[in-house]
Amino acid sequence: MSVLTTNYLTPTGREEAWRFTPLKRLRGLHDGSARVEARNSLVIKGQLPAGVSFGRENLDALAASDDVIIERVRGENRDVAHLSIAADVELSDAVFLTRNGGSLDSAELSRVRITLGAHAKATVVFENIGETLLAEDLEIFLAPGSSLNFVSLQEFDAKSVYTARHHAVVDKDATFKSINVTVGGDVVRILPTVEFIAPGASAELLGVYFATAGQFFEHRMHVDHAVPHAKSRVNYKGALAGQDAHTVWIGDVLIRAVAEGTDTYELNRNLLLSNGARADSVPNLEIETGEIVGAGHASTTGRFDDEQLFYLMSRGISLENARRLVVRGFFSEIINEIGNEEVQERLMSRIDGELEKAGA
Amino acid sequence: MSVLEIRGLQVSVDTENGAVDILKGVDLTIKSGETHAIMGPNGSGKSTLAYSIAGHPKYTIKGGSVTLDGADVLEMTVDERAKAGLFLAMQYPVEVPGVSVSNFLRTAATALRGEAPKLRTWAAEVKEAMEALNMDPSFATRNVNEGFSGGEKKRHEIMQLELLKPKMAILDETDSGLDVDALRIVSEGVNRAKANNDLGVLLITHYTRILKYIKPDFVHVFANGHIVEEGGPDLADKLEANGYADYVSK
Ligand SMILES: Nc1ncnc2c1ncn2[C@@H]1O[C@H](COP(=O)(O)OP(=O)(O)O)[C@@H](O)[C@H]1O
Ligand SMILES: [Mg+2]
Repeated sequence: MSVLTTNYLTPTGREEAWRFTPLKRLRGLHDGSARVEARNSLVIKGQLPAGVSFGRENLDALAASDDVIIERVRGENRDVAHLSIAADVELSDAVFLTRNGGSLDSAELSRVRITLGAHAKATVVFENIGETLLAEDLEIFLAPGSSLNFVSLQEFDAKSVYTARHHAVVDKDATFKSINVTVGGDVVRILPTVEFIAPGASAELLGVYFATAGQFFEHRMHVDHAVPHAKSRVNYKGALAGQDAHTVWIGDVLIRAVAEGTDTYELNRNLLLSNGARADSVPNLEIETGEIVGAGHASTTGRFDDEQLFYLMSRGISLENARRLVVRGFFSEIINEIGNEEVQERLMSRIDGELEKAGA
Repeated sequence: MSVLEIRGLQVSVDTENGAVDILKGVDLTIKSGETHAIMGPNGSGKSTLAYSIAGHPKYTIKGGSVTLDGADVLEMTVDERAKAGLFLAMQYPVEVPGVSVSNFLRTAATALRGEAPKLRTWAAEVKEAMEALNMDPSFATRNVNEGFSGGEKKRHEIMQLELLKPKMAILDETDSGLDVDALRIVSEGVNRAKANNDLGVLLITHYTRILKYIKPDFVHVFANGHIVEEGGPDLADKLEANGYADYVSK
């Protein structure tokens, strides 16, 4: 048990990276006032398949971070939970990790690494649940030719606070896909970031979020096209309902001068289901070379489409069920990418529940 | 035996520049088993009539009444109207992203029948309805109207008509955009629904060609927001020969 040292800068809320985040609700994660406890809450669910290992190791960070909380996590914790998938291993079933133990009275500073060996292929699902105060530095390395479908489910209890950076380093011809689903917690702030280190790498960042009264969910992408011929796609969809539901989506994509042949597109759609909710959506494409395949972005925020509701209701479907169908339909494009029926149906039911709770 | 009664119906539409009066007193009575064709030029208010009966929120009722077997349709919510036995095959069916045809149909059938149809018999029912309209089985997994061609959308509307078995159907330009083969297939679907369910039909059309396949008992000429002439099937032949010019200038 220790108290965070104060050698780190404390965000004031005026910084670009912190301008939306309600710092007061971070329970001391950002200014070092949180009491820290080593909880090692991340555990494997079920048996590990052959070629996969999970254990604690003393590891250096893969990549620098300019996030203050991540700096604190690294400064305080050398113990990294390391999930490693050996070269050439192709897993047919997803590896599930979940959380055991949590507390709001003390903070867990978690470090996690996922490593895919060359040409390995896997789906990894994190089930983030429970009542917890958790800051996490998650780094993912994809060796050449490997492919990872990384699913991170934020199904926390109502008071939980989670701030994290999910950083992927993608090597030659490797394929990274991440699906973030954020439906629970008081404050959830995730930085899904990608760094391409060789040509032929690709990343697809997908996400859904559903914030109801009082919840704050922030997803702040950063995709760094620092090499030629890499491809990135970002598609996040959110719904908001209830007083002071607040979501933030930031899509920073940087195409550096050397990154010829870059192909990128980012998209954020928000469905505002009631008054009093606020969706911030900021695509930000920086292009330092003209020699690219394509670069684009789109952002929309809208309400229920009356024509869709009318069409469904004209077939006898009640307003409540029509809304449920439309919201499920809105999210299904991304939820169906998870590739696990049980998880998908659980999330859809959760989304039904959020909609019902909001009375939208 | 059901009766849909429209009396003195006046309707305005909400536009950016305020409300505009479209229907100026429509009177029409349709009984089970009867087919009434409504024919009129573009912009005369035919779709407005159809949408108003179905309860589209864009339209405001200014006067008159619509009843189905004595029950006040205009007081009902959109879904209640469908449950009362009304069906509208839309001129422009709406896309619903992410909602599959099979999920949509089953949800609708559950709502209208008051209980979920039994899985096995339902699958057979849907398959039969799709085959009858020459629709590929892959349709069931596609999203509602998303990426459908004009003809596919219309077949999908008539498939719903056959599956949901309403008492009264309003078909809004179901024939437009169909080639000859599709027109015949879709018309056969309407005729099956008439034969099987003693359906009353309000057939809105711009052209007479669909009337060769679906025989109307009555023809009403619609212009400038109301019915300007009524007659039997022979009135359609007159329209075929002379067009709407006589009515529009009136
Ligand atoms: N949403 C709308 N906004 C503005 N005008 C409308 C709207 N809907 C209908 N109208 C007008 O009402 C009239 C009747 O339209 P409609 O009922 O669609 O005619 P029809 O189906 O006979 O072609 C037209 O003049 C049309 O421009
Ligand atoms: Mg029309």
